[in-house]
Amino acid sequence: MNQQEFVNLITPFKDKLFRMAKRLLVSTEEAEDATQEVLVKLWKNNNVLSNYSSVEAFAMTMTKNYCLDQLKSKRASNLQIVHNDYSDRAASVQKQVEDKDSWSLVEKIIESLPEQQRLIIQMRDIEEYEFAEIAKIMEMNETAVRVALSRARKEIREQLVKKHNYGIA
Amino acid sequence: MELHKIEILVDKYFAGETSIAEEKALKEYFSSSDVAPHLEQYKAIFGYLNQAKQEQFTRTVPLQPRKRNYVAWISVAASIAVLSGTLYFMNQQSEQPTNKDLGTFDDPELAFQETQKALQMVSENVNEGVKSIDYVNEYNQTTKTIFK
Repeated sequence: MNQQEFVNLITPFKDKLFRMAKRLLVSTEEAEDATQEVLVKLWKNNNVLSNYSSVEAFAMTMTKNYCLDQLKSKRASNLQIVHNDYSDRAASVQKQVEDKDSWSLVEKIIESLPEQQRLIIQMRDIEEYEFAEIAKIMEMNETAVRVALSRARKEIREQLVKKHNYGIA
Repeated sequence: MELHKIEILVDKYFAGETSIAEEKALKEYFSSSDVAPHLEQYKAIFGYLNQAKQEQFTRTVPLQPRKRNYVAWISVAASIAVLSGTLYFMNQQSEQPTNKDLGTFDDPELAFQETQKALQMVSENVNEGVKSIDYVNEYNQTTKTIFK
C-alpha cells in the first residue's frame, strides 16, 4: 500500500477518530495528537491492514484504547487536561447565541458522563454507527451497549431539564 | 411527520430502541423551525448532536515513507561490501609471497646434509660479524693496563 492509497483509505473516517478522541480527551490539541498518533501507527502496520474486515472499526478501537490510556496516565500524574476551546467551536457555527449556549451546555453534560457512555453517545448519536459496530469497537455485547446508551441519553435529558429549571442555561 | 409519531420516537430514543433511520428523522424534525412547544427542551440535544458531526481533523499527518528503511539497508550493504572487499584484498596480498616450493627433501640423508650446509653458512656469517668485536677486546685490554 503506498502513501496515496493509505490516505484514501483513512480519509472517510479520520474525522470520526478525531471527534471520538476529542470526546474523551476534551482538548482539541490532545485530540489532534491522539489522532495523529493512531494514524501513524496504522500507517506503520499498513501491510497487515488488509487482514481486518473493517479498518475503520479497528482504527476506532485503537483510538478508544489510546485515549483511555492517555487519560489513565494523566490521572496517575495528577494532571488535568486544560482546555478552553468551547468558543473556538462555537465561533465556526453561524447560529443564534441561544442555540450555541444550549449546545455547549449539552456538550458539557456529555463531558460529565462516564467514559464508556460518552463513547457510545459519540458513536451512536453523532457518528451514527450500528449497534453491532459499536459493540465490536467497545468490546461489549449489543444489549449492554443499548442499556448504556439509554442511560446516557436519559442522563443528558435529566441534566438539561435540571439546568433549565434552575435557569442557568 | 405528525407530532404523535415524533412523541413515540422520542420515547423510543430515550429507551435506546430507535434505529439509525428513526434517529435521523428525529434530528431532522428538531432542526426544523416548527418544533412543538413541549418538545422544545430536546432541541438542544439534537441540535448539538447534529453540529458535533461537523468538526474536522485538519492536521496533516506526517507519514514517513519507508525511505528511511532503504537508507538503513543501503548502509548495511555498503559496510558488507567494504568488509568483503578488504578481506579479499588481504587474502590476495598474503597469498602472493607464499611460494609453494618450500625446499623440502624426501631423503633424510640429503636433508641432513642440506641442513648442515645451511647451518655452516649461518655460523660463518656469525663469525664474520663477531670478528668486528675484536676491536672492543683490544680496547678492553688497553683500559686494563691503565686501571690496574
